[in-house]
Amino acid sequence: MKQFDYVRPATVTEAVAAAAQPGAVFLAAGTNLLDLMKGGVSRPDRLVDVTHLDGLDRIETLADGSLRIGALVRNADLAHDAEFARSYPAVAEALLSGASAQLRNAATVGGNLLQRTRCAYFYDTASRCNKREPGSGCDARDGENRGHAVLGWSESCIATHPSDFCVPLVALDAVVEIEGRGGRREIALDELHRLPGEAPERETVLEPGDLIVAVRLPTAARGFAAHARYLKVRERTSYAFAVVSAAAALRIENGKVAQARLALGGVAAKPWRARAAEDVLRGVAPTADAFQEAARRALEGAKPSGDNAFKIELARRIVVRALTLAAAGTPARIPALPASPFASTSGAIHA
Amino acid sequence: MNHSISLTVNGARRDFVLDDPRVTLLDLLRERLHLTGTKKGCDRGQCGACTILVDGKRINSCLALAISHDGADILTIEGLARGDQLHPVQAAFIAHDGFQCGFCTPGQIMSAIGMIGEGQAGNDPERVRECMSGNLCRCGAYVGIVDAVLDAQGQMDETNQRRSA
Amino acid sequence: MPELTLTSAPAHIRHGSNIGQPLTRRDGILKVTGQATYAADNHPPGMLFAVMATSSIARGRVVSLDVAAAKRHPRVVDVMTPDHKPQLAIDPELKTNPFVFRMEVLQSNEVRYANQPIAVVIAETQEAATEGAALLAPRYETLPPLVGLDAGESYMPPVVGVGNPTENHLGDVEAGLAAADKQIDAIYETPPQYHNAMEPHAIVAHWDGDRLQIDMPTQGLMLSLARVAELFGIAHKKIHIRSPFLGGGFGSKGFLAGPQTLGIMAAKLVGRPVKLVLRREQMYGPVGHRAPTRQRLRIGTDGEGRLTALDHHARTVSSTFDDFYEPAADASHTLYAAPAIRTSHDAVRVNTGTPLFMRAPGEATGSIALESAIDEMAWACGLDPLAFRLKNYAEVEPMTGRPFSSKALRACYEQGAARFGWAKRPLQPRQMRDDAGLLVGWGMGTATFPALMFQAEARAAIRRDGSGVMEIGAHDMGQGAWTALAQIAADSVGLDIDRLDFKSGTSDLPDAGIAGGSAHTATAGAAIHSAGAAVIGKLADLATSDERSPLFGAGNAGVIAREGRLIRRDDESRSESYAEILARAGVAEIEARGTGAANPAAMEQYAMHAHGAVFAEVKVDPELGQIRVTRMVGAFAAGRIVNPRMVQSQLFGGMIWGLSFALHEAAITDQRTGRIMNANLGEYHIPVNADVPPLDVITVEEHDPHVNALGIKGVGEIGITGSAGAVANAVWHATGVRVRKFPIRIEELLTQG
Repeated sequence: MKQFDYVRPATVTEAVAAAAQPGAVFLAAGTNLLDLMKGGVSRPDRLVDVTHLDGLDRIETLADGSLRIGALVRNADLAHDAEFARSYPAVAEALLSGASAQLRNAATVGGNLLQRTRCAYFYDTASRCNKREPGSGCDARDGENRGHAVLGWSESCIATHPSDFCVPLVALDAVVEIEGRGGRREIALDELHRLPGEAPERETVLEPGDLIVAVRLPTAARGFAAHARYLKVRERTSYAFAVVSAAAALRIENGKVAQARLALGGVAAKPWRARAAEDVLRGVAPTADAFQEAARRALEGAKPSGDNAFKIELARRIVVRALTLAAAGTPARIPALPASPFASTSGAIHA
Repeated sequence: MNHSISLTVNGARRDFVLDDPRVTLLDLLRERLHLTGTKKGCDRGQCGACTILVDGKRINSCLALAISHDGADILTIEGLARGDQLHPVQAAFIAHDGFQCGFCTPGQIMSAIGMIGEGQAGNDPERVRECMSGNLCRCGAYVGIVDAVLDAQGQMDETNQRRSA
Repeated sequence: MPELTLTSAPAHIRHGSNIGQPLTRRDGILKVTGQATYAADNHPPGMLFAVMATSSIARGRVVSLDVAAAKRHPRVVDVMTPDHKPQLAIDPELKTNPFVFRMEVLQSNEVRYANQPIAVVIAETQEAATEGAALLAPRYETLPPLVGLDAGESYMPPVVGVGNPTENHLGDVEAGLAAADKQIDAIYETPPQYHNAMEPHAIVAHWDGDRLQIDMPTQGLMLSLARVAELFGIAHKKIHIRSPFLGGGFGSKGFLAGPQTLGIMAAKLVGRPVKLVLRREQMYGPVGHRAPTRQRLRIGTDGEGRLTALDHHARTVSSTFDDFYEPAADASHTLYAAPAIRTSHDAVRVNTGTPLFMRAPGEATGSIALESAIDEMAWACGLDPLAFRLKNYAEVEPMTGRPFSSKALRACYEQGAARFGWAKRPLQPRQMRDDAGLLVGWGMGTATFPALMFQAEARAAIRRDGSGVMEIGAHDMGQGAWTALAQIAADSVGLDIDRLDFKSGTSDLPDAGIAGGSAHTATAGAAIHSAGAAVIGKLADLATSDERSPLFGAGNAGVIAREGRLIRRDDESRSESYAEILARAGVAEIEARGTGAANPAAMEQYAMHAHGAVFAEVKVDPELGQIRVTRMVGAFAAGRIVNPRMVQSQLFGGMIWGLSFALHEAAITDQRTGRIMNANLGEYHIPVNADVPPLDVITVEEHDPHVNALGIKGVGEIGITGSAGAVANAVWHATGVRVRKFPIRIEELLTQG
């Protein structure tokens, strides 16, 4: 790990100023940053430790009914907040399906939003990677890429965003509150992450010094609590990144879908909101056919970036399943294996 | 630049001057305090061998900078037993053969204690398996680990009930 | 390292010893309190930290290293490079015996595989050494690497495994296939796998003049010591290695590794103790791995479903500079009674670290292919897989015609199948679902592993106070040597286990041989048994030839040793304690040595193998393809069980490795660069707790009078065999999709909806 200066600002304003310098980065829990620094992927000159800042670790319901989650709230604390899990069950389920209990105890809400891709070529500093070293090329494009993006990728980068948490958040229209040199502003989470295009090194719209201070879930997000699921296919039963995942949330009125929310994980450089699919579900009965059509729409424009065509078909099937599960209703308790296809382990076997 | 920090480690307050901000809690414990019970299996948050409790919560100490944890209360495997009296989780790991080579064991035990404190798993073995999945065991002692955790948790519940009765 | 204090008599230990008792681990308290000292836990005064820089190319040479940049980093003490290093006494390329593997210890600038050590940075702190290594920023001259099973011209290695013939024939395979009523011809692929013991390879090396103190995990203390001695040109007696605990070995810690040698060199270079621990990614190169294989199986059966021929060919790889060949096809020698069997191997050379023994080398890779093929053949014959295996049960070892020294496989099949409920299995695949709609499949596999013996010696003593001592430089890598060998030792001298001082794990003790081949308990146990018998014999001589003893005249054969006393066989009222015997003789301690080794005559006469049957249930999501093992039952017959608790744990562990082989682990190599793209524990998947279902192990009673005096066959590796195939076969039974490339991936199962 490269030598760095360590600064511990007393206020958000100081933090923003300290991190606006070239070579400076924020340190929250460090569960992703330290990993990157140990691998030589990230070599900052200055760490601006925000973990001691006051007031960023609260979960509060605002007057308008929206929920404001401080950026330093730990993933586990959020997922285990009973009121939160009741109101936003798919988000809690997604959180609990990510990483390990130890990492969730440390990792922060803000840090989760900004975690970097797991692309092996990004991590391998001997490989060419446009994200790590702009203009160097992309060794993933013709490499071992069965896990890479099938939506929104470009020739310069086929990496995916690894977060589970962001997937239901983006489906529920979460808003990100940012403190920057120009003061406070907010943007939709859907606008936080950028697709790679020609500049995959610019992963978000954040400017130097910008500090995410909170994530907000609008009032309307509560309306999906009765029909919201997160589903994640992975190559271990637990403690593995998604091959593909989906968050589905429905508002069902009089047997019809009044409103649908759908987002996919593991398929693109950002959590992938599938608005076209949501549109086809509005006003229709929650049937298998309707979900198939939604799945088709959700993956429109998908194309393999390598040895990963299966992910397109898999994503379609996950969409159908996630919608089916959501339509069936949110379970009273998050399953023993959160977001797993094996959430329900029934004993009885039928020939 | 030197940084002064203070930690409570296994109940004792320790003040240090850190001459390098890169030192992780794991390396601080192992190389500077010579508390080598906490193990380094991957150093990247992928195996759980370095699990300790910080302010009562289990975390991977390899991904935690010591300097950022100024003021923290740390519990390691060395701080569990009271003299010859093992912690119920420690005793249960022996009774259920919840380890073979023993290298992941301190992390498993600290993780189990953290998990019991979180109170999310109850007595459901499936939830225990899920909640203990952040601790890899290459020898494959998982069956014994799950049995040990459930057994110890039951004993601790009983003790607590007796105390409160 | 503090003096080892093993549990003597805590409440949880069951008394009345010894062999056959499920004692808890004697090192248990040390391990659950964090006091068990692994190599990297040592910290002699003045110790420095060494970190290796490793190559990012797989083939070529290092052109430059920025040594100055590394040295400028605060607290970096020195940088060891090919140009700046202590000289070794012999060329590390020299193969001085068949168990010596070539290692990279900075002897040149050449790079032969990715992750090869190319320099070592030594510093006052771990942080400085780590960053110093990064600052070396090597530049390379890169050559196109040889990668994969088709990397170049194939050749027939002279031998595979440890001296096994590359080809074996029984009868006429082609004629057998031609005459067959039905046949299958299938190709299976297994990936490179890495041992990934939880404990990274480590060494703390401390030179004191020309004496060398080493802490390192090793499965072979004396082999390692001999290698250190020849590399550094020092006498054996000047080297002391401590390895009381290994944080797992699985074959990768059998021999002194290059990186450990570098640690010793670094300590010599700087004149201070040095600790060198591999980073996890550095374990994917210089410390061995399981080579990939491509195996073709052709099997024929007659109209009754009896085998007419079995042809098993395996392609594998070795490194460009040394030889180790995964003997995968040899798995077909012992299990099924075909009149014609052919096994053969060929190989290509690739730019990789040299492959090595990895838990059940050959047996694991060969078993998953063979057991899959047998399953396919049973299906082709319309037979239940168990019925098919019973129909082709080998009453004698097929390849050699030798009788088995013992073989309780039929009982394994029976008891395992009964416990599992196999009889209810539908023959057709894709017939079972659970309440949630998940596909359910049941599969089985036969397990087998040879009952091997190496060579070991032990020293036993009885002390004046009547307590015993047993000394043997054995290795506890998790299998439980501290406990199981102590149980054998206590029995051998007729003492309660807490009256015995069992010394182990250091190189100044008698040579226990290597902890590998599932042979350690048998081999070290045999040495212990014979040393114990010898010392009791001496004690008996002392007593029975002394007129003052109540045992006078009984003769050695006329007394038995029990609970610290010698007792007359013909009159149990006449006995004398060890302490009394020694006190009267005025002897402080009486000692004897014993050895353990294979009996060549018995080996000539009998085929010696452990056997087992594994049954697995998997669930598969019909649309999404994710797989989960939900149940496994393994029934194993492995001779005498010294400690059922530890044996069960070993077998559980093996079964989990089998599960992992079928569903999880594989190193992903970039075909262009030869670099492993998942050299970590996040993406090289080994099973986590949630992947492992409740497991059920049955140890089937088996008495083997031929394998060794104790009748022990060994259980360290057999669990992986059979299990891998059982899981793979269960996936087929659940889905109807036969996947022949392992591990089984989601995309293979998405073809059907």
